[in-house]
Amino acid sequence: MTSARRLATANIGFAIAAFGVASAMALMQAVSRANLELPWRSPQMYYLSVTAHGVLMALVFTTFFIMGLGVAFTAHALDRPLRWPRLAWASFWVALAGTLAALWAIFWGKATVLYTFYPPMQAHPAFYIGLTLLVVGSWIWSAVIIATYRAWRAEHREAPAPLAVFGMLATIIVWLISTVGVAAEMLLQLIPWSLGWTKTVDPLLARMLFWYFGHPLVYFWLLPAYVVWYTVLPKVSGGKLFSDPLGRMVFALFILLSTPVGFHHQFMDPGISSGWKLVHTFNTLGILFPSFVTAFTITASLEIAGRSRGATGLFDWLGKLRWGDPLVASVLLSMLLFAVGGFGGAINASYGMNSMVHNTAWIQGHFHLTVGSAVALTFMGTAYWLVPKLVRRELELSLLAKVQPYLWFMGMLLFSISNHITGLMGMPRRIYDAGYQGSAVAETWTSLTGVSALGGVFLFTSAAFFLLVMVGTVLAGRPTTDTTLAFAEPLEGQPTKRILFDRLGLWVLAAIVLVLIAYAYPLADHLRMQTYGSPGFRPF
Amino acid sequence: MHIDLYERFWMWSAGAICVAFFGTIVFGLVGEGTRPPSHVETIDPTAVWSDPRFAQRGVTTNPDGGVTVTAVAMMFTFQPNEIRVPAGKPVTFRLTSPDVVHGFEIVGTNANTMVIPGYVAQFTTTFAKPGEYLIVCHEYCGLGHHAMMGKLIVEETL
Repeated sequence: MTSARRLATANIGFAIAAFGVASAMALMQAVSRANLELPWRSPQMYYLSVTAHGVLMALVFTTFFIMGLGVAFTAHALDRPLRWPRLAWASFWVALAGTLAALWAIFWGKATVLYTFYPPMQAHPAFYIGLTLLVVGSWIWSAVIIATYRAWRAEHREAPAPLAVFGMLATIIVWLISTVGVAAEMLLQLIPWSLGWTKTVDPLLARMLFWYFGHPLVYFWLLPAYVVWYTVLPKVSGGKLFSDPLGRMVFALFILLSTPVGFHHQFMDPGISSGWKLVHTFNTLGILFPSFVTAFTITASLEIAGRSRGATGLFDWLGKLRWGDPLVASVLLSMLLFAVGGFGGAINASYGMNSMVHNTAWIQGHFHLTVGSAVALTFMGTAYWLVPKLVRRELELSLLAKVQPYLWFMGMLLFSISNHITGLMGMPRRIYDAGYQGSAVAETWTSLTGVSALGGVFLFTSAAFFLLVMVGTVLAGRPTTDTTLAFAEPLEGQPTKRILFDRLGLWVLAAIVLVLIAYAYPLADHLRMQTYGSPGFRPF
Repeated sequence: MHIDLYERFWMWSAGAICVAFFGTIVFGLVGEGTRPPSHVETIDPTAVWSDPRFAQRGVTTNPDGGVTVTAVAMMFTFQPNEIRVPAGKPVTFRLTSPDVVHGFEIVGTNANTMVIPGYVAQFTTTFAKPGEYLIVCHEYCGLGHHAMMGKLIVEETL
């Protein structure tokens, strides 16, 4: 168990370090967008920083944090050491080596291609190889978690997996299915092309492979957050999980629906037929359902917590929740922001409205509510609860930890609302300067980019508080022996029988069928078409 | 599997919301014929300037009174950079890129497309209000991305 604890600590520690660097980048970007002059401000610096922020937040912070969470939750919930401990450590080192290679390329200005790295913009090979190694590391981690679960299952034929492990397995399945796309893009297209072995690359095929991966990627981030909502939040708030089987249903539905939705990122792309975009539209709207169910189950679990703390009225249980606890506050606030973000997602999935917001600031407003709040704020809250148990020290600077989620919430409201509005007004995302040579329409965005920058200042302060608490805890926290991760009891007691939703093999099979329906034909169609490759460009 | 009565009610409602969202799409599809934007046509990105489809850029008038705008999005400008179209008439845009991926957005309208090298983006829209519009590139295309802009002038039709 000590080995698992150390491995989880290493993963989460590196994740938090990556988060810290990315937060500093973010502050500079928000200020630059508002056209405030900084001494080191330049287009090179801005676009490099957007690349670093995206890669560090979306790919590095999330992946390492999830790997750490998976290790800790699996070892604790199954109450057994990891299978193949050496391989488990190898997953960390491979992912770390890859990340450092990619970061070297980014910070030396050789990979200013943003975290979506659309060709034919071409980065240094170290960027592509490094990110591929990060994914390979996560595959090794996946194998270790699955092997650990199977070893447990061999001894517990009848019992369903604990929900915390079931959710992590669903996360891993979504990840394994989806990373096939980005692996194909990297290995067949980008790596040989960046090394000069091939001359050209088909940019649309690359985008199709990227978004085959890119949308389920968001569920790879979100599902571990849901694991925390279902299995940790009810416990820490002093209640019970309202429904265990529906939690399983939610995770099973995500396995089924996460991948065949990628074309909704490509509504505005030429070269993909209208009919297949339509298929992906319906799948995307379908995936709202499990999140709606989650909203009920979690809210009902919180009501149980509030009532067990003495609430009697219709809504006073809300006030009885532990709003002063860093984990509870983080998750509650992240859920509030996610509710808004989720409906925004439904708007993005509706292609008519999408044409008004595609690639505008609306989109960055949207995903800062989803991955930037539902996921990141939940992970920060989780760290307040988990890291003390991993490093066996009490949380230090707990006042900062209490304030931090609220600062994040306010910062995100300012940032996100202003960006949604400027997006509707037509301001593109990812621009160094929103002035457009004094254009009259660009002038109307100015006050809102200021609000967005103010939000950035709040968010940066919040991130700094989080880092201070983490560093303080590790260096100066009072030693403790409490290392147990306690997961929530379901209201009706632990399930003893496996139900339909527990049959992961069945769900994987169904998911693969759905993926084939949604992607095999359009991909085959694309490959049959006469297409022309593009040589690489490095306009940075 | 036991499901609480309220939760059943909620799940049916959530299902109904999803169906309603489907409904809005189907309504647009059947009622208005609003399909996801799409156009499948390829082009050699290394030969855009000599390709007969893009050798002549600018605005041409169609028999139905509408116009076709042929333009190239490139690092870091649009070619042509100033486009004049009539108000209230269907305007078909045809765009491609000789270098990296670009975006084409006319601020304040639903004219929005990705411009991908090797492919021709095409869509048709109508501008009701005469006036001057800002065209921007909305996909990061290099260090000059934020300076990649153009002008659309929608002229009053007589």
